[in-house]
Amino acid sequence: MAKRVLIAEDEPSIVTSLEFLMRRAGFDTRSAVDGEEALSLLETFHPHVVLLDIMLPRVSGLEICRFIRGQPALAGTRVLMLTAKGGQREVERGIEAGADDYLTKPFSTHDLVARVQALAADTPLRIAPGPDPRFPP
Amino acid sequence: MLEGWVIVAASFAYIGVLFAVAWFADRRAAEGRSIIRNAWVYSLSLAVYATAWTFYGSVGRAATDGVGFLPIYLGPTLMMLLGWFVIRKMVRIVRLNRITSLADFLASRYGKSALVGALVTVIAVIGILPYISLQLKAVSTSFQILLGYPEIVMPPRAGTLVAMQDTAFYVALLMALFAIVFGTRSLDAAERHEGLVAAIAFESIVKLVAFLALGVFVAYGMYDGLGDVFARAAQRPDLDVLMAPLEGAAGSYATWVWLTVLSMIAIVLLPRQFQMAVIENTDERHLRRAAWLFPLYMLAINAFVLPIAFGGLLHFPEGNVDADTFVLTLPMTQKVEWLALLVFVGGLSAATGMVIVETIALSTMVCNDLVMPVLLRIRALRLTERRDLSSLVLDIRRAAILALLLGGYCYYLLAGEAYALVSIGLISFAAVAQFAPAIIGGLYWRGGTRAGALAGLSAGFAVWTYTLLLPAFAKSDWVGAELIEHGPWGIGLLRPTELFGLSGLDQITHAMIWSMIANVGAYVAASLARRQSAAEHVQATLFVDVFQQTGEPGSSWRAATSAAALQALVGRFLGPARAAEIFAAHARGRGVKSVDELEGDRDLVRFAELQLAGSIGSASARTMVATVAQEEPLGLEEVMTIIDEASQVIAHSHRLEEKSRALEAATQELKAANERLKELDRLKDDFISTVTHELRTPLTSIRAFSEILHDNPDLDPAERQRFLGLVIKESERLTRLINQVLDLAKIESGLAEWLTAEIDVREIVLEAINATSPIFRSRGVQVQTLAAESVPPVVADRDRLLQVLLNLLSNAAKFCTPGKGRVQVRLAVAGDRIRVDVEDNGVGISPENQALIFEKFRQVGDTMTEKPSGTGLGLAICRRIVGHFGGRLWVESEPGRGSVFSFELPAAAAGRLVANA
Amino acid sequence: MRKPSLRAYRIIALFLLGCLLFNYPFLALFNVGATAAGVPVLYVYLFSAWGFVIAAAAVLVEGGG
Repeated sequence: MAKRVLIAEDEPSIVTSLEFLMRRAGFDTRSAVDGEEALSLLETFHPHVVLLDIMLPRVSGLEICRFIRGQPALAGTRVLMLTAKGGQREVERGIEAGADDYLTKPFSTHDLVARVQALAADTPLRIAPGPDPRFPP
Repeated sequence: MLEGWVIVAASFAYIGVLFAVAWFADRRAAEGRSIIRNAWVYSLSLAVYATAWTFYGSVGRAATDGVGFLPIYLGPTLMMLLGWFVIRKMVRIVRLNRITSLADFLASRYGKSALVGALVTVIAVIGILPYISLQLKAVSTSFQILLGYPEIVMPPRAGTLVAMQDTAFYVALLMALFAIVFGTRSLDAAERHEGLVAAIAFESIVKLVAFLALGVFVAYGMYDGLGDVFARAAQRPDLDVLMAPLEGAAGSYATWVWLTVLSMIAIVLLPRQFQMAVIENTDERHLRRAAWLFPLYMLAINAFVLPIAFGGLLHFPEGNVDADTFVLTLPMTQKVEWLALLVFVGGLSAATGMVIVETIALSTMVCNDLVMPVLLRIRALRLTERRDLSSLVLDIRRAAILALLLGGYCYYLLAGEAYALVSIGLISFAAVAQFAPAIIGGLYWRGGTRAGALAGLSAGFAVWTYTLLLPAFAKSDWVGAELIEHGPWGIGLLRPTELFGLSGLDQITHAMIWSMIANVGAYVAASLARRQSAAEHVQATLFVDVFQQTGEPGSSWRAATSAAALQALVGRFLGPARAAEIFAAHARGRGVKSVDELEGDRDLVRFAELQLAGSIGSASARTMVATVAQEEPLGLEEVMTIIDEASQVIAHSHRLEEKSRALEAATQELKAANERLKELDRLKDDFISTVTHELRTPLTSIRAFSEILHDNPDLDPAERQRFLGLVIKESERLTRLINQVLDLAKIESGLAEWLTAEIDVREIVLEAINATSPIFRSRGVQVQTLAAESVPPVVADRDRLLQVLLNLLSNAAKFCTPGKGRVQVRLAVAGDRIRVDVEDNGVGISPENQALIFEKFRQVGDTMTEKPSGTGLGLAICRRIVGHFGGRLWVESEPGRGSVFSFELPAAAAGRLVANA
Repeated sequence: MRKPSLRAYRIIALFLLGCLLFNYPFLALFNVGATAAGVPVLYVYLFSAWGFVIAAAAVLVEGGG
């Protein structure tokens, strides 16, 4: 059973490239172009790994990260933060919010895939897709 | 054991130890490791107050008056509480003005008056001489008694012995030697004697130990404790009265009160106390410790006075032994030889301490305030022209010490037996009490004048002489007893001991009442009678407001001399080498390399005067400095401005307040400026960070797709084509972004090139619509143009203006709903301006965002569905372009109903000026 | 002008108290023939009042730097 990767990124061409890369690596992939969409996909899609742009419209990547860390049901979800600013402060804020790893744009695709695979391997498989009783519909 | 040679050897051994202590302290001071810079040593040195009078005389007084000896020690206890206020003020004044003695203090306070200094010196010498003789008497008597051991024999009357055989004579010489060695070794501006202070502190310990040892011996060795002594005394009817010795408010209580007041004054104003407490003080804070430690010392040394007195009275019921000698005779009767010897040494210690410090203090006064001023004024001596006067000054002091001790000895020979110890001491106390009004007034009343001081001191001293000294002389048969009994010329009202018929008081109280009335009355009256001179006013202010001063006192000298002349002058008193040293140090302090570079300005003159004041007193120093520098005549105006320190201080503090308010305001402004700078800095950081972000985003896609294409040669052609297309699109975006950032940077920095010409806006509008028509068509947006037939030309850069229009039109296309969009472009003349509107029926912009969209990288739009494809710099650039040509660009919008972007440009006639500006 | 500190006022108050304690009429109260533990009460009173003033002075001037 393939592990699930959620791509939360507002730049369409980057989304396209990430979707391609994740599928190639054998992951089940969904994409969200803003924070709200990402939140709803978290509940329905139950990703093992989230590729999270820190500058997401509507609900920022940091907020989403904190949300994930606050949900027991998502305890197994790993977060790979993507940042385009690359400043140390940005990275610190991401780590504080609960990101497991981060990459600065532009990144090496090999590096990205390797990291996602490492994070996915660290994730318990039992995160099941489908509605979770703890989440209201 | 107690043969004569043993006693003499012990005495010499003790004096030897004193020398050693003093020598050691001096050496430590020279090494810079002073042992007297210590609150404990300072407090102990104040105990020079406890003289042979305390040591022997307290018991004597207790034997007749019970607790009557105590006020002499309670007064100082109270005074030391005020020490932090009163003594500290004196210490500060002394330090700032280099004052060396009590006489110098008063002379300096009252306009550097040599006359005041001389008068104080005379009073002090006459007043203190009996006190010195009292010490000699005590030592001599105790020696004689101890010599008689094991018999208890009262010594023969003084004067029956030839001087050469008299112990007191040798004692006087020995003390003079010590005082000369440690008191007049060198002249120094600070005039401090470290060795002397250390020796005195040591003596204080010795006399305390000796007295306590005796007290414990009497109370617990001879009797069964204090209770036993008192119980036995109570059984003797003649002693019972001593248990409750005070009576009637006008009698004992009045005496009690006056003795307290006298001793309060004496603890500060006795020359030796002034020397120790004020002159030798190394640190004002030591006064805190002294405030309780010195009173505690006095409590300790007096604790056993009554038991010893009662013990003596019980032991010698016949009254054949003088109560003043109980201290010594009690251990002798018990055959406790070591204790008798220790007590003798303790008494010797008390006497030597007093005599040494007193004579040094008095000799400084005699030299600086009596002899030197006179010598300097005698032109025949040509002293002011002599090269080195320091040895002369020292010689005068040495001679003065010797003279004082010999004077004391003579007084002892001639009058010493007339009074018991306590009475002699009290006469001296009453003499120095005459200084009190001038001193207290001088410290706290700016209005006290030289004339007032002279009048008060003279009047007080005259009354003292008449009411205390004359009767004392009468007892010594120097003046006829009938004068005392019947008054001069038989006028009863003028009887010295019952002046104007005031009777029922003891002599001291009587004398104090009259002398204080005369003294204070004359001081106040004379002070109020005439205005102060300028110099007096200066000094008065310096003294009264000493705590408001920050540095050295101001100067009234006019610069009219050279540094070399001043150094030579100081060198004559302190020695050329020492003077060179002092001036070199001063030069360094002023930040110049050598003395030659010092200017002979008023500060330097003042400095030289202070150095001299330290060695020859302020009045003489003034005379000397006047020989090389001219004194500035103080005009009334200057007096008003310079002098009234108090008002200056107040004005100063007002100014300070104002300044601090101004500073506060400035601080606020600075803060605000700083905030603005920070804000600008933050904006800059934001800009860089945003640019970085904007650059990284297309780069990310380009790199990702490139790597995908590189790593996956097996991609199907359609997907390969799509990815390549994305790479191209993102590359274009990157290029555009870089161009726009550069563009904006150029415009903002003023480096952009503008090709200005008179152009037709109508033409440009049509061209822009034409150029963007494909975009509108692809989005299904209708464009309507409402352009005036002809408009006046504007002065602008054609390409830039086109850039603005293209930007506005493509924005309009972008934000219109595809298929339903309508865009209207209007061109009109509004007054002297050409106006262009681009109206769309798109999503609109909320009011709060209307200002933001013109900022860099602010994109406002429908980000729900897709990311705006612009760079976020377009409108920012547009606004700057329009602004550059003297126009403005703005937006009016309503969310959901569309927006109108408009700009105006001045028509050429008006616009040319701006363009050329 | 600088205002005197509280400590200064306390010291002056102690001075005034001392003046009172060492003076008529307080002395008169103890100027009687009675004894306390064999020692005349005047003697006991004076030395204890004296000791008290000294102790209070020590506390006042040394305390609190």
